[in-house]
Order: sequence, then structure tokens, then C-alpha cells
Amino acid sequence: MNLTLKIWRQSNAQAKGKMVDYKVTEISEHMSFLEMMDVLNEQLINKGEEPVAFDHDCREGICGMCSMFINGEAHGPDRGVTTCQLHMRMFKDGDTITIEPFRAKAFPVIKDLVVDRSSFDRIQHAGGYISVNTSGNTQDANAIPISKHAADEAMDAATCIGCGACVASCKNASAMLFVGAKVSQYALLPQGKVEAIDRVQNMVAQMDLEGFGNCTNTGACEVECPKGISLENIARMNREFLSANIKG
Amino acid sequence: MSGFFKSSIGRKYAMALSAFFLMFFLLQHFAINMLSVFSPDAFNEASHFMGTFWAVQYVLQPVLIFGVVYHFVMGFILEARNRGARVKKYAKNNGAANSSWMSRNMIYSGLTILAFLVLHFIDFWIPEINTKYIQGDMTGLVPNGEGFRYFEELAHKFENPLRVGAYVIAFVFLSLHLMHGFSSAFQSAGASSMRKEKLQFFGKLYAIIIPLGFIFIALFHHFNHH
Repeated sequence: MNLTLKIWRQSNAQAKGKMVDYKVTEISEHMSFLEMMDVLNEQLINKGEEPVAFDHDCREGICGMCSMFINGEAHGPDRGVTTCQLHMRMFKDGDTITIEPFRAKAFPVIKDLVVDRSSFDRIQHAGGYISVNTSGNTQDANAIPISKHAADEAMDAATCIGCGACVASCKNASAMLFVGAKVSQYALLPQGKVEAIDRVQNMVAQMDLEGFGNCTNTGACEVECPKGISLENIARMNREFLSANIKG
Repeated sequence: MSGFFKSSIGRKYAMALSAFFLMFFLLQHFAINMLSVFSPDAFNEASHFMGTFWAVQYVLQPVLIFGVVYHFVMGFILEARNRGARVKKYAKNNGAANSSWMSRNMIYSGLTILAFLVLHFIDFWIPEINTKYIQGDMTGLVPNGEGFRYFEELAHKFENPLRVGAYVIAFVFLSLHLMHGFSSAFQSAGASSMRKEKLQFFGKLYAIIIPLGFIFIALFHHFNHH
């Protein structure tokens, strides 16, 4: 396949940045999108040009590092996959592909397609954990009965890899699917219920502080999420937040 | 609870609550207006009751005005914040791939409804307030005539085809607004997505039947009294 790529180039966080056109040749349809980017970068290096900076790590769809807004969608046109799992067979020979970084005020661009997603880390630090008493009297988790339904929903919420596709896809750059998933995975389980009030209040306060937009229930986040995190998690977070404010 | 309504989620709840109230108001407004098609007398009786009963005038009316103003003002505040959350726009954004047109353009359907409300207030609400509370005529009767004035006023307003056209356009946008707004309000209020399909079904039903009914009423009076 021969392709034309329109890629956002920005030398550093302060630089203005612009879209630059590249031709890339001899791309196999079996390549992943990141492998195609590797080929482009080899071509650029061979020509003595600066390669395109982009985030990647496991390339197995579980680390949440790869990002990219491809042809107007987070992680590209395929469903339920991260960019590393997006294959070039989703495109046609001769296509023009537009590649941009995830855009949000809370995700500033560091370089080219690399954005700073540490705002997600700060939201997690605000309450996305349980404080385990390790005094030696810790009860075996398996000794606490949990319904299949609650366990399944908590596990579904916990599959969020924090990639930020929800923020990138949302017209409001809202992080509520991410925060909803993180709140839900603990709220549904007995170990998490102990700190439920503080958790949801602190995580939502940090989310607001980071400058994310407000959810308007368009559902774009759910569609584009590579892990299929459900909007139900946002509804649950809203219920948890109301309940926490009444009780707390 | 002090910081609740300053938080993003608190504002979602507030928007949803005002939306519930407005949707309930719209339903009763529709029910009373439909009376004008079947029975002018029943419409006159209902209008006179709503226009003179103290609880409606001094409790529900102020709540309605607050609800309308709050829904619009908070809608604009949230829209401004949401736009500020993405300073640099995408060169290519395929919103149609993951969301409905209605959900992405609530601000525009809302602005059209706001423009309609200005016209609607000039048409009906301001003359009504003038007659009752400035001129002090609480009788509801036609001046120097017999019977109630409400039906005649309604029918007279829809003689003008331009006004009927403006009302029809506004109700189409109201329908588009409700297509997303109905289920969105429930989702914001924390309704479980277990009921998502039912909510979306009822939402679409409400979003079609109510505005279509209002369009029917406007056209009915236009063609029957012109």
C-alpha cells in the first residue's frame, strides 16, 4: 500500500505546530498502525529528517500508552482496539490518513503526537485505590462473598487502561468515563466501599481541577473506548457522588 | 452539600432536574392546548383555571420561570466550559462515527428554542401579564363581549402564516433537542443503563409526539380560522 499521511508536527510543548504531509510506501496490510509509523520514521531517519514522536509500549493493547487521533477518531476507525492493534487492512491503497495527538486542555502536547496524560495519574492519586491494613490481621479476600453480577461489573470497569480515548473522543473533552470506571471498580466491591465517600468526592474534585469538560451523554466515549467501558459507569459515579454529598 | 452544585456532576444533576420540570410542564401545556382542538369551552375553562389559580400563578409560574432561566444560563455556562476544555480543535473530527447529530448540537437546538420562547412570550405571556396584573382584569372575559377570551386569542395568533412557520420550525428543533435531552437527563440523574433502551424508546416517543402535536395544533387553528 502507498499512503499519504497528514501528521501533526510540533517540536516541543511551546511550539506552534502544524500539519505536515508525508508519502509512505510499501506498507503491508498486515502491519499494525504503529508498525506503519515505524516504517515512516525509518524513511525519515534515512533522509536525515526528525522522526515523528508517538507514544507506545506493550503493543498488545493493554498498557494504554499508544494514542493518536486517526481520521477523526481516537485509535482510528476500528472498534474495541488501541492504535497498536489497528491494522493497515482497515485502510485502502492510496488513502490519505490524518493523524493528530489526543486534544484536550488537560492533555497538553509534549511533542508531535505525544501528550501529557499525567492528569489521569493525579485523579488516580486523589482516591483511585483502597487503603489496605497490612497489620497481619488482613482478611482473605476470598472469604467475603461477592455476587457474580457485582464482580463482573467491577471487573468490566477495571479493564479501563487509562488511554484517554474517552477524553479525546468527547466533544467536551470530558474525563467522566475514565473517572466513572475507576470509581465503579471499587464502589461495587466490599473492600472499596469503606472509602467510597472520600474517593468519589476527591476524584471528581481533582477531575474538575484538571480542566476536563462536562459530560453531555453523547456516548462517543463508550463507542471509541478500546475496552468497551460502559456509560453505566458514569451513571454509577453520579449516584455515588450524590450519595456521598448527602452522607458526607 | 455546599460545593455540590459547583461541581461538574452537581451541575449535571441541576440541569437534569430543570429538564425534568420543563418536560413535565411541556406535557401539561400540550394537554391543555390539545383541548382547543376538541372543545373551545374546555380550553377556555382550563386556561382560566391555570391563569387565575393562586398556586399556579404564584408558586408554579415563578418556579417555571426560574427553571427556564436556569436551564438556559447553566446550558451556556457548561457549553463555555466544555469549549474551553479543548482549546485546539482537531483538523479532522468524525463525530458522526460515534454520536448522534442531536447530542452534539444541543446548544444550537437550545438557542433556536430560546429564540422561539422570546416570540412566544411576546405573543402570549406578556399580553397575559399585562391584562391580568397591570390592567387588573382577572375576569378572563372578552372586552365588551360574552364568554372567555382565551380561545379567540389563540386562534387569532395562528392566522399569520409567518408565525405558524416560525412555530413549526421551533417545534422541529424542540424535537431534536428532546431526542437527546430526554434520555440524557435520566442518564445525568444516575439512571441505570439497564433501562437505557426503554428510556431511549420513551424519549424518542416523547420527542416526536409532543412537538408534532404542537405543530398539529398550530396548523389546525391556522387552517380552521383563516
